[in-house]
Amino acid sequence: MAAQVPLVEYLVLGDDPHLEANECTSCQARFFDRRNACASCSGTEFKRVDIPTEGELRSFSIVAFAAPGVPVPFVAGIVDCDGTSVRGNVINTEPDPEHVSLGMKVRLATYVVGTDDDGTEAIGFGFEPA
Amino acid sequence: MASDDIWILGIRMTKFGKHPDLDTVDLAAEAALGALADGGVTMADIGVVAAGNLMGGAGGIGQQLQKQIGQTGVPVYNVQNACATGATALRTAIMAIKAGECDMGLAVGVEKLAGAGLLGGGGRPKGDKEVYEPRGRYGAVATTDGRIGTDTMPGVFAQVGMEYGHRYGGTSFELFAKISEKNHSHSTLNPLAAYTKAMSLEQIMGDMMIAYPNTRPMCSANCDGAAAAVVVSGAKLKTLSLEQQRRAVKVSASVLTTDPWQEACQVLPDVNTLTRNAATQAYEQAGVGPEDLDLVELHDCFATAELVHYDNLMLCEEGGAVDFFESGAPWRDGAKPVNVSGGLQSKGHPISATGIANIWEVCHHLRGEAGDRQIDGATVGLAHVIGLGSACGVHILEKSAA
Repeated sequence: MAAQVPLVEYLVLGDDPHLEANECTSCQARFFDRRNACASCSGTEFKRVDIPTEGELRSFSIVAFAAPGVPVPFVAGIVDCDGTSVRGNVINTEPDPEHVSLGMKVRLATYVVGTDDDGTEAIGFGFEPA
Repeated sequence: MASDDIWILGIRMTKFGKHPDLDTVDLAAEAALGALADGGVTMADIGVVAAGNLMGGAGGIGQQLQKQIGQTGVPVYNVQNACATGATALRTAIMAIKAGECDMGLAVGVEKLAGAGLLGGGGRPKGDKEVYEPRGRYGAVATTDGRIGTDTMPGVFAQVGMEYGHRYGGTSFELFAKISEKNHSHSTLNPLAAYTKAMSLEQIMGDMMIAYPNTRPMCSANCDGAAAAVVVSGAKLKTLSLEQQRRAVKVSASVLTTDPWQEACQVLPDVNTLTRNAATQAYEQAGVGPEDLDLVELHDCFATAELVHYDNLMLCEEGGAVDFFESGAPWRDGAKPVNVSGGLQSKGHPISATGIANIWEVCHHLRGEAGDRQIDGATVGLAHVIGLGSACGVHILEKSAA
């Protein structure tokens, strides 16, 4: 099997793929990127926490027109994973308003984004209808 | 007029649209010289210049403008604050006057954007050999735009409107298209708008889909344009002619906010809280409420954005934006006319000019100089802009009592 790397560092691969956030230890605000300090309380201590892999689609847009190289149409979404907001595409469904609806239940799914010149696969994530 | 009041003495916007023969300095100069002439003053009277331009590249637009219209040696501030750049320039000039550093200032915003296409998206340049290596704050090994949501403005603001629909209900593709129908209809009365054609609901819904539920006419129109304003202290205004005093428009509130931390604001910019905060501060500063407004120019960068700002600016009760629109209130003959200029969707959105152009529109109604689109008897108006991510400018303007 080809070597695999996650598309972003906050995606944890393995038998149980999931997202991880940096959680501020003083106010529990969560961030997916590398932090200098907490945007909510300016605290500087963080711990890694697992994000639930199931959630509810809180908003979406079906993007039909994008920058060169971005395949369209795709469904951009905001998913509420038990109180944590996650940005991610809705995948494994038709990208139209009949198949995607506000409030629909979704779950995390991974897929191969591409392969680099060394044969390493990049693994991305999205949310599919649950 | 109290001596510490701030007034708009002169204001001008250029025709918005395609200006292939004019560069940013030409457009800025046309607006600046127009604002000075409108106010009956010259560069020699100006104690501070604040100028905004986003896409023109390096080189301060403020100094470039000075070289064309008057190098008087006064301080120049070049400001950038996304789509709130024009409002920020105005506010910078106002702050200098409030600080007592001078009694008259010039604010300018200019943008060349015709044919710019989609803003916000962007890939990563490809090297000779592609090897996945984590880069940036998210440790991404490849482009994330389109794979982890969208970075493009039509998609971001589509989600802003859809999120409102999820929270409060009542939204639909057709509802958002109707908002666009209103603004395109309004623009037919605005000779300075980039587009002055009414569009039917069928035309709007049937046009090219950019990011559902925003079709092309529901997106702000990229175009060229500039706007400028001369602001003056109340003390200085008292020394000017009665005609200048009569035409001056009072800046009852000038507020700039940024997005405070909210759960979710890291993954989808929160354009709501900072607007609501700015509106609250502005109403308090001005001593007026939303019920007192005769017209509103708000940042309809997309039809989906206009809806949420009815609510954020408290033109309706919380959660009541759909009912507010369906009541007909924001049409120009309704109870609370919104974007009678045609808004960003039809008047156009030359980014850095927009903040001052919205104020230009309100000023002209308060002066009774808005021509065919005059809102009769207008005495109080509000101008709003949003820049991602995220800045919000709100100005409340009042007709002179003189």
